[in-house]
Order: sequence, then structure tokens, then C-alpha cells
Amino acid sequence: MLKIENLFAAVEDKTILKGLNLEVKPGEVHAIMGPNGAGKSTLGNVLAGRDGYEVTEGTATMGGINIFDLEPEERAAEGMFLAFQYPVEIPGVSNLEFLKASLDAIRKYRKEPELDSVSFMKMAREACKAVNLDQNFLKRGVNEGFSGGEKKRNEIMQMMLLQPKLCILDETDSGLDIDALQVVAQGVNNLRSPDRAFVVVTHYQRLLDYIIPDYVHVLADGKIVKSGGKELALELEKKGYSWLEPEVA
Amino acid sequence: MNQAVDFIHSSAELAESLEQSSPTRWLSEIRQQSLSAFKNADWPTPKTEHFKYNNLSALAKQSFASIAKQSESIQVSNLSLGELATETLVFVDGYFRNDLSNIEQHNVTFFKDANQEQQQLILEQLTKQQNEKNIFSLLNSSLTQDGVLIEFNSESGDKPLHIIHYSTANASFATTSANLIVSIAANAKGSVIEHFVSEQLGEDDAVFFNQSSQFVIGDNAHLTHYRLHLEHESVIHIGEVDFWLNRDSQMNSFHVGLGGKIKRLDLNIYHQASGSHADLNGVYLAKNKQQVDYHTNVEHRAAHCTTQEVFRGLIGGSAKGVFNGRIHIYPDAQKTLAELSNKNLLLSNKAEVNTKPELEIYADDVRCAHGATVAQMDKKALFYLLTRGIPKQQAELMLSFGFINELLDGLKHEDIGNYLRPIMAQIFQQTI
Repeated sequence: MLKIENLFAAVEDKTILKGLNLEVKPGEVHAIMGPNGAGKSTLGNVLAGRDGYEVTEGTATMGGINIFDLEPEERAAEGMFLAFQYPVEIPGVSNLEFLKASLDAIRKYRKEPELDSVSFMKMAREACKAVNLDQNFLKRGVNEGFSGGEKKRNEIMQMMLLQPKLCILDETDSGLDIDALQVVAQGVNNLRSPDRAFVVVTHYQRLLDYIIPDYVHVLADGKIVKSGGKELALELEKKGYSWLEPEVA
Repeated sequence: MNQAVDFIHSSAELAESLEQSSPTRWLSEIRQQSLSAFKNADWPTPKTEHFKYNNLSALAKQSFASIAKQSESIQVSNLSLGELATETLVFVDGYFRNDLSNIEQHNVTFFKDANQEQQQLILEQLTKQQNEKNIFSLLNSSLTQDGVLIEFNSESGDKPLHIIHYSTANASFATTSANLIVSIAANAKGSVIEHFVSEQLGEDDAVFFNQSSQFVIGDNAHLTHYRLHLEHESVIHIGEVDFWLNRDSQMNSFHVGLGGKIKRLDLNIYHQASGSHADLNGVYLAKNKQQVDYHTNVEHRAAHCTTQEVFRGLIGGSAKGVFNGRIHIYPDAQKTLAELSNKNLLLSNKAEVNTKPELEIYADDVRCAHGATVAQMDKKALFYLLTRGIPKQQAELMLSFGFINELLDGLKHEDIGNYLRPIMAQIFQQTI
């Protein structure tokens, strides 16, 4: 599904990722944990193709396609979805208009017929319901005036509509209370399937109580320094990240 | 400069020649006063503060010293606002077209048909602020042979009156001068849509439209006003709109301005008595080599009045946008609340915006806020849309449109927003 080899990336000439390797197979959930400043958010942004994040070395392929050859919108159409840590507010563009444009664009890229408005509305309403968002949110500006939890639920709702192959969750748990965390986790778990993979980037272990990962990796100083099963997350929770310092060095 | 002198000279001759067959002799004195002031006025240059950013060469290099010939054959279609406005006044190249209009109520009077009382009202309005007028307002007054007076009273219906000014190539290199006075009686409500459109003109055409509107809003009366400038870019429009607010009156005025060879609107709000409230909002959009300029001026002359003003501009190509927002609070205007916001989005590297908020406050117990921004497209928002598979061009379109859609969403008459959205969307598509 996703294969990253020896990835080096820089932001404003500062190298953040320093030889990262990661392989994610369909159906798997990989958690990436690590201390602040390790490059966790950079990884999501580099994979999604944000301006200003420069890949200096290495490759990343999704289903055999080199994603660095693709524009951000093409990566999305190929099935990549980045759930943002801080989803941006876009006043004046309604959530509904945005979702329709997104779904239409992705279906068009995949050479699928455009959805008629009635079917689309039905899907959108169901997705809202699934993440416990009032349908009024569809009419409001994208994320405009949404609480932190509502923004994250809006991200999961989009994920449900777009049915991506590879979902990257960037610190989706940050700023969430326990109820919102459960709704978000429930949404993700419902989407788990043998042909879909997840990369869950998080600082804390608690999200992983709800989204049980197959693998846990520790990202420190731009590299994966340790990999293991879900029990690694518990170990990290207990010991913190400092015990890995020698390995980092 | 010589060209400008020619412009003044030939326009003055036009005014004099029209005087011969005037249908409104009772306005002669005002016209004469304005004409002599016009003849003595200096042509604005980049050193003239009030016209600092306007390039007036499109006017100065041509003669506009005639009025268009009347053409009855021109048909106007697709301008209906549906059920919103049933009463419509249509003017083609400045001429009233009875066959295209529909006036059900009898509150519309042409200046030439005005009775004694109405003449008094018209005279009073046209003499107000005579000395503060700029050169183009003076020209307008010099050329005012006729105009439209609309009177709303408590029996007037709720539906907006729709005034359409349609310009054609027939009026190229001619001056179209128009005048509107709207009077809303105490406790009454009135809604007016001023709608400026044109046929598709050639690049070398140049229609000069010089218009003046005045709204007198009586005690506890309420005005809803829209002024839509959707003409082709070869229409030069220089216009002035004045709002006179009386005790406890309210106004809500919304503007749309597409750019042109020259597009200059001066909007003046006069809070004359306590308790009045003004909402003034607008969007302007320029592309290619167009210019668009809104000069707004809010005069708080009485206590306890409020103003909310929001203008947004979207400038692409190598176009130039100008916004000047003045708020003037007189010493007696205590407890004033005035807020002004002007945000601009530049869509290209060559686009230019000059925005200037101007506060003059002479009272101490007031709340006044202003803000102006000029920015490029929000990169974070753009990236967000891209990561959802939306192609870049479409994403840029959605964001620019969203920037002004916020204001369209807030319109009192939803139908106006519905009418404007597809028009704006099409313009955006060509701009980006």
C-alpha cells in the first residue's frame, strides 16, 4: 500500500526527516509515535505534498506509483487521505459545496460517473450521522466556528465519503475530550477493511486504546528508531521517550 | 493636460446646447451654477488626493461631448430578477423605455413632470452639498435635464423597485447622464435596486456614464438598496450616491462593482439626526487592465448613530483596485458606533490594491474600529482543498468566490444573491 524508503525531507533548508523507512500493507494499522519535534507532522505533510516541504532523497510509493511525481490533488484521487491536526476554517465555502466538489473530483479522476444531488445528499447526511454531527454543519462554512472536536469529526466524515485507500491521521487525538475521541475512533474502526490501511500519527498512547494498531513505530530525529507491536505503545506510555535516547544517538 | 481642458470645454458646450430645449426650466439656475463651477474646476491629476489612484486618461483622450441618439429598436432581455421585483424602470442609453418598463404604483415621477411640491424637494436635494461636489458631480448637475423621483410612503408595497440602466455601443463616445432621487416618508419602507448593465462592447468602445443618486430616508423610515455595476469593461462609470438619514432611520445598502476602463463610485452617508443606523457593504472585482474605485464617506453629525461597513475586493490580472473609507465623527456625535472593514485578495502578481481607512474623530465618547487588509490566497486553505482531490484551479475559484460569498449570503433579499452568484462565478472563471 505504502512503501517509504530512505526518505529525507527538509523545511526551509532544515532537514527534518533523515532516512525514514516504512512499509504499510493493505488492511494494516500503523501507529507512529514520537517526541515533539521528531518529524511526525512533517511526515504527513510530505506525503500529502504540502508546499515548502522538500523531498531531498528517497522514495515513497503507493500501490507502486511514485507519489512524489503526483500533485497533492492527484495523490488524493489515487486514494490518499490526510486527516489534519488543525483543519483550516474556510468561511464562504459551505461544507456541502466543498464535499460535493471533493467527491466529484475524485470520482471524475477514477472515471466514475458523477453522483446526482439526491444520492450525494443522502450519503452526506448518513456520514454526518455516523460521526454524530448535526446536519446544520453541512450548510455552514468549512470548519467555520467548529469546536476542536467538531473539526476532527468533520475530517472523519470526509474520510467516510471519500473512501480512501490510505488514511494518514495526523495527531487526530490532540484537543479531543474522551467522548469525541471515542466517536473519532469508532469512525476509523468502521472504516477498517482488508484493502484499506491507516497510518496513525500520535504523541500519546490513549488514542491507541481505541484504535488498536498492528504495528507501533517510534519516530525520533527524523528516523524510525524502534518498531514493535501494540505493546510498544504501552511501554512508551510508561517509560516516556527518553529511554530510547541511546538508540537515537 | 490639454486633452483634459478639451474635455471640460466640450462637455460645457454640451451642457449649454442642452439648455436650449430644456424640459426643466426650474432647474436652470442650479445647472448654471454647477456649470460655472465645472468650467473652473481643475482636472484631477495623481496629485489630487481624492483622485490619487485614478487614471482618467480614458476620459481625457476622447471627446464625449454629445448624448447618444435614441434607439427604440434595442431589446433588453435576461435582466429580470424573477418574482423579486415586479416594478421595473428600464433606461437604454439614458432614455426611458416605457415599452420595457412596468410601473404599477404611482410613486415614480420624472423631473419634467414634477409638481410644485416635488420640484421643491428636487431643488433642495440638488442644492445640498453643492460646494463639496467633485468635478464629475458638477458635470452631472450641469447636465441634469431630467431625472427620476421615487417616493415611498406607508402604503408602498414591500417589493423592490428595479431600475435598469442598459448601455449599448450606440452610446459610445457620448455622455450618458442620469439622476435619481428617492424619498422615503417617515415610518415608511422602500427597496430599490439600481442595476447597471450593457451589451457586449468592443475594446475600443467607451461609454461615459455619469450618474447621481440621492436617498432621503425620513424619520424612522427604512431603506434597502442594491447597486449592481455589471457593465462591460468599456463602460466608464463615475457615480455618486448620497444617503441622508433622519431620526431613527435605517439603511442597508449593498454594492457590486466590476472593473472597467474607469469605475469610480463615491458613496456618502450623512447621519443627520440621532438614532440612525447604516449598513454599507460591497464587493468589487477587477481583472485585465481594469480599474475599480470605491470612495466611501460616512458623516456622523448626530449622537447615537451607528454604522457597519464591510467591503471586499478581488483583484486579478494587472487590474487596480482602490478603496477609501472615511469616517468623520463630529464633536456632537457622542455615543457613535462605527466599524469599517476592507479586505482585499490579490489574484496575480501584477494586481494592485490601494486601500485607505480614514478616521476623523472629534467626539470623545465614541467607539470606532477600522481594518484593512491586502492578502494573497490563503495557502493553508488551498492545500486543504487540494488534499481532498479538488484540482488547483477549481480550489482557487472556490476560495476566491468564498471570499465574497460571505457577503452575498448575508443579503436581505436572497434572490439577489441567487441572481449574482452565477454571474460572479463566471467572472471568477475568467479571472483566475
